[in-house]
Amino acid sequence: MLASRNARVAVGHRVATAPVNRALLAARPGRCGLIATKAQKKEIMMWEALREAIDEEMERDPTVCVMGEDVGHYGGSYKCTLGLYKKYGDMRVLDTPICENGFTGMGVGAAMTGLRPIVEGMNMGFLLLAFNQISNNCGMLHYTSGGQFKVPMVIRGPGGVGRQLGAEHSQRLESYFQSIPGVQLVACSTVRNAKALLKAAIRSDNPVIFFEHVLLYNVKGEAGGAEELACLERAEVVREGTDVTIFTYSRMRYVVMQAVNDLVKKGYNPEVVDLISLKPFDMETISKSIRKTRKAIIVEECMKTGGIGASLSAVINESLFNELDHEVVRLSSQDVPTAYAYELEAATIVQASQVVEAVERVCGSRAMALA
Amino acid sequence: MALQATIQGLKAQAGSQLGLSVARLFASAAAPIKVEVMPYKVHRIDAPSNIVETNVTELMDFYKLMYKMRRMEIAADMMYKAKFIRGFCHLYDGQEAVLTGIEAAITLQDSIITSYRDHCQHVTRGGSVVGLMAELMGKKDGATRGLGGSMHIYNRKNNFYGGNGIVGAQIPLGAGIALAHKYKGEKNVCITMYGDGAANQGQKYEALNMAGLWNLPVIFVCENNHYGMGTAEWRAAKSPNFYTRGDYIPGIKVDGMDVLAVKNAVAFAKAYALANGPIVMEMDTYRYHGHSMSDPGSTYRTRDEINAMRTERDPIERVKKLLLANGVEAAELKKIDREVKKEVDEAVEAAKASTAPPEHWLWKNMYVK
Repeated sequence: MLASRNARVAVGHRVATAPVNRALLAARPGRCGLIATKAQKKEIMMWEALREAIDEEMERDPTVCVMGEDVGHYGGSYKCTLGLYKKYGDMRVLDTPICENGFTGMGVGAAMTGLRPIVEGMNMGFLLLAFNQISNNCGMLHYTSGGQFKVPMVIRGPGGVGRQLGAEHSQRLESYFQSIPGVQLVACSTVRNAKALLKAAIRSDNPVIFFEHVLLYNVKGEAGGAEELACLERAEVVREGTDVTIFTYSRMRYVVMQAVNDLVKKGYNPEVVDLISLKPFDMETISKSIRKTRKAIIVEECMKTGGIGASLSAVINESLFNELDHEVVRLSSQDVPTAYAYELEAATIVQASQVVEAVERVCGSRAMALA
Repeated sequence: MALQATIQGLKAQAGSQLGLSVARLFASAAAPIKVEVMPYKVHRIDAPSNIVETNVTELMDFYKLMYKMRRMEIAADMMYKAKFIRGFCHLYDGQEAVLTGIEAAITLQDSIITSYRDHCQHVTRGGSVVGLMAELMGKKDGATRGLGGSMHIYNRKNNFYGGNGIVGAQIPLGAGIALAHKYKGEKNVCITMYGDGAANQGQKYEALNMAGLWNLPVIFVCENNHYGMGTAEWRAAKSPNFYTRGDYIPGIKVDGMDVLAVKNAVAFAKAYALANGPIVMEMDTYRYHGHSMSDPGSTYRTRDEINAMRTERDPIERVKKLLLANGVEAAELKKIDREVKKEVDEAVEAAKASTAPPEHWLWKNMYVK
């Protein structure tokens, strides 16, 4: 059951990781960015990029392992671990029974000994069952043990509103998890950042909750090479602009960019910032942008109450009040369970037209532009 | 109730146990002493022998350790009442034989994880009494620098994984630690301790199932002190036979007030776990204090019951009687008592004299740099 690679793992409490050129690791904010190596030319889908990330990191470091429902023989419900069990064996790609509380806790225990588990929630929403393990153990153990134990694990999986999946399968847990002290929250959005961020998350010694989105797995793009890591604490400036900053993350990035197409035609010049790091916020990038545009709109998929936007809005208000010409506007999902009917589901989440309307409202009319 | 019956049964047994121990006229400390312990009740496994071999040296070590645990917890009680210790404080006095027997059967390379009743694990896993007292008082010299408190004590170097506040949450962690032992090819077990209250948690069954599926070297130890806070076991558990509740996982029920019975059974369990996979152990034990210092422990139990335990089943008294019957002088034991009291008293004073953690430690260890 143990893959032969496990035999090379040092016996004993401290497990030596495979030798690697540490100079290439980007882990500190302020000194990092995408360290591009020779990027692959071909386009792949996001699930393939995530799979590449997991495969490369498992090959590089024998302490990296995956556990979750149907990650092994089934290949992963979203194919992110397709075929990996054949390469690494059942112990390193562990098919768990359906017991999120149990196997998330098990992942934490394994991480405390020095392994680097990637715990997959088949849907992020199921991780509510493991909330105690994520909050009290995963998040807090480094602190409560006086720094003795690290919890270098990644908890990843898809969340977000899909295509009529119903209320319980359309959860956005980033707002639930954001108060947990000690965890980092990262939301990927493109093929490139998905792979680079997941690799960085796996190599991080801190627990990272890694949010993917059900509707983004088939998005295509170019992925980076084996040593391209992204900084877990850095936001991405998607589009530079001057009129207003639109902060967004995950799938809403695409909704925003769709709106931007319209807005540009109408004469607006919005700056779009993909937050990437939902906890902690990249205040350097955020404040730089607000100082430039003096207006902020947050477009998020989580619900309005207690959402990421609620926190971000408060922080912007407190630290950048004098840089603002307009109150921070939040476009969030409605505070309702996600309905099944197509039209109602669409009404629950933010649509591109609403983003356009918000920019028009915040920036004022551009009727005179592009005459 | 079941507990009454157990006490009656033990009263009858007590005489024969000591009678069967072979008293050595020549007080050779290493000479083997054979003791008959209460026969083990078993589930899906053959019982280990209930004749345990020991010697005076070992018994003296047990005595000293258990007495130290006892004095530490009594000191914690006094410090709590004097308001040097705040919050929750769950004491282990009465249950000393369980941990002492476990540690005697395993090594520091085996892992151990437990609940919030964790003060004594600190000491058996390389910590000092001062470190414990300072932690309970929230001082910077404490085991977790004053940041954890009574329920969050750990020792990474010696594989002690805490110290967990939420009932039962340590059980899946224990399965994960055992998984890691197996993953790394280490011939070690993870002793995963929990109480009779926690035994009704769903996550215990999740962990049992996974441990059974993958033959993880985890020893599930239920410290059955018969009360989940204020609720007696028969009011909380449909089946109070905790050693059978692993279903397909074999189980052993042990007299948890007898350190020799515990040691023998755990040694057996470790060998089993390394060869086959998980095993459940139920330690029939008792806590003299209430659930925590906030609980007087007398509203749901009778004083008669508590006193009966002290008189008939106290783990330290049992070892003491064995030592006295095997040529150790009472004066020698009194000397140990005095030394231990002194150590604990000095530790308490040293802890009181220590200082609170500095303010900037509020942010210490939020993230790994």
